[in-house]
Amino acid sequence: MSYEQALLIAVLAGTGTYLVMHRTLTRIILGLGLLGNAVNLLILTSGDGPGTTPIIGQEGEFTDPVPQALVLTAIVIGFGVISFLLAMAYRAWTIDGDDDVEDDIADRRLAEQTDTSPESGEPT
Amino acid sequence: MSSLLPLAIVLPLTGAALSLLAINWRAAQRAISIVSAAGTTAVSVAILVGVDRNGTEVSSIGGWRADIAINLVADRFAALMLTISSTMLLAVLLYALGQRADDERSRWYHPAYMALTAGVCGAFLAGDLFNLFVWFEVLLIASYVLLTLEGNDGQIRAGTTYVVLNVIESFVLVTGIALIFAATGTLNMAMLPERLAELPDGIRLGLNLLLLIAFGLKAAVFPLFSWLPDSYPVAPSPVSAVFAGLLTKVGVYAIIRTQTLLFPDTNRTLLLVIAGLTMVIGVLGAIAQSDMKRILSFHIISQIGYMIMGLALGGVAAISATIFYMVHHIPVKTSLFLVEGIIERETGSSTLGRVSGLARRSGPLAVLFLIPAFSLAGLPPFSGFLGKTAVVTEGLDQRSWWIVGAALAVSIMTLVSMLKIWSGAFWGAPEPAPIEGEHAGILHKHPMMGAVTTAVVTLTLLIAVFAGPLYRFCERAATDVTDAASYSTAVLP
Repeated sequence: MSYEQALLIAVLAGTGTYLVMHRTLTRIILGLGLLGNAVNLLILTSGDGPGTTPIIGQEGEFTDPVPQALVLTAIVIGFGVISFLLAMAYRAWTIDGDDDVEDDIADRRLAEQTDTSPESGEPT
Repeated sequence: MSSLLPLAIVLPLTGAALSLLAINWRAAQRAISIVSAAGTTAVSVAILVGVDRNGTEVSSIGGWRADIAINLVADRFAALMLTISSTMLLAVLLYALGQRADDERSRWYHPAYMALTAGVCGAFLAGDLFNLFVWFEVLLIASYVLLTLEGNDGQIRAGTTYVVLNVIESFVLVTGIALIFAATGTLNMAMLPERLAELPDGIRLGLNLLLLIAFGLKAAVFPLFSWLPDSYPVAPSPVSAVFAGLLTKVGVYAIIRTQTLLFPDTNRTLLLVIAGLTMVIGVLGAIAQSDMKRILSFHIISQIGYMIMGLALGGVAAISATIFYMVHHIPVKTSLFLVEGIIERETGSSTLGRVSGLARRSGPLAVLFLIPAFSLAGLPPFSGFLGKTAVVTEGLDQRSWWIVGAALAVSIMTLVSMLKIWSGAFWGAPEPAPIEGEHAGILHKHPMMGAVTTAVVTLTLLIAVFAGPLYRFCERAATDVTDAASYSTAVLP
């Protein structure tokens, strides 16, 4: 793994993590996209260095085909999941006009109970 | 015999494809789903019988050499999990058909459900880490669709958290897999034990932790469980039944598989502490809730603790206790959610306080709830008692007093929270009031749902009755699981 690759992975993972920590789903999706790319690059670097095409009968030192197969699969899966999330963000927007990730209702109710009457509510 | 292994994945996948083609013919979709789910169950039973007779079976896809091929591997543990899971998937499918509710009427239910089946079966049979990841993704993506089938406000809210957390979990898993490949040059689970053993301790620990975090989130262990009680209750009842029974257990399966096969000599104290905290915090959460589905969801978490406890104790006896516990837990948990589904269908609510007096309205339904509830709490003579006894005895043998204490205390608290459902929903005056002049019991009104639930509850009783042979089988399975060398020689002769 070269330093440039390592740096690129670090920047992608860092910005991705920052975006994922937001409350708006669109930013989270962008963040997940960046994180996914960081992971894909990491897979690519897990093989050996460059070489010739890995075809049986080919001469010389060939590249490791496994990481490439893995990264292709990972990209396809990532594409599918991100499309699904985009559809969910759109759905959230048609339901209540924004795409904020909301608190769970039961969690919030429980938190309110423990806030107002700390002696009667059982902490979880 | 080994040619049967791909069938367990191909059948449900074909079912999913066909039912996508038949998207506008509901009757055809139902027929396709039933046939392929029943076929998958039959195939897994055949695999189970074959594996128990002839030992671990391997199928290398495409006829490649086993060291570079994508392998499907079924040892006794995998075959047992496969059988119990496909049986539950078939049962819940029939239940959903009998429910005749909106969620089953959705055109996308059947394709997604069959894809989920394929994912679960594939995850149990996967013979290399990346393939395991892929099948996890298949079942996860199917579960995203099933969870948000109606697309209403609650489902989108809970679904967002569920999907985002699981996507991040996938990234952690892929990172772990990429680093393992970089360090060892293989992902084949038969070759990894040897190559991982050559690595320095620090690197091995790091890789192990990455896999533990990824699968731990899937299995909902402490502190990675918070998504579960938020997301499962919003799904339609048959969907949450299958999620509750199976999905977390696939995570537990992956943890057991990787811990015993790839990292057999790690110190398990951390895992033991996690197991204890998972049990205690799960059951405390259950006691605080006032909705049946949420109480039951928190119970899943605390029960996962028992399975991790058996694994953390280590050794053949403890692992066989864990396997037995998993086999008992899957139908018990599923049947509790099925009963809850009948209640919700009948009364329109699962909130304690809005529903009451069910025992007076339907005695059989009360019995159907009580059996798995007592079983989950670990009362004799039900299957949960035997499972808990096995795990706790092993804890006593290994002198881990505090975890035994925690396990027993959690058992009592599980009973307390079950009694909360019992006194809330089943005792008291019937509410909402039954229609005047109505004499037919609840189960008569929903014959298919009642029949399936009864069948699953009977299965849990059968597990208790035939605990002897089943436990001996679990011991053989645990011997397979703890012996990494036999796994390697089976795959690479």
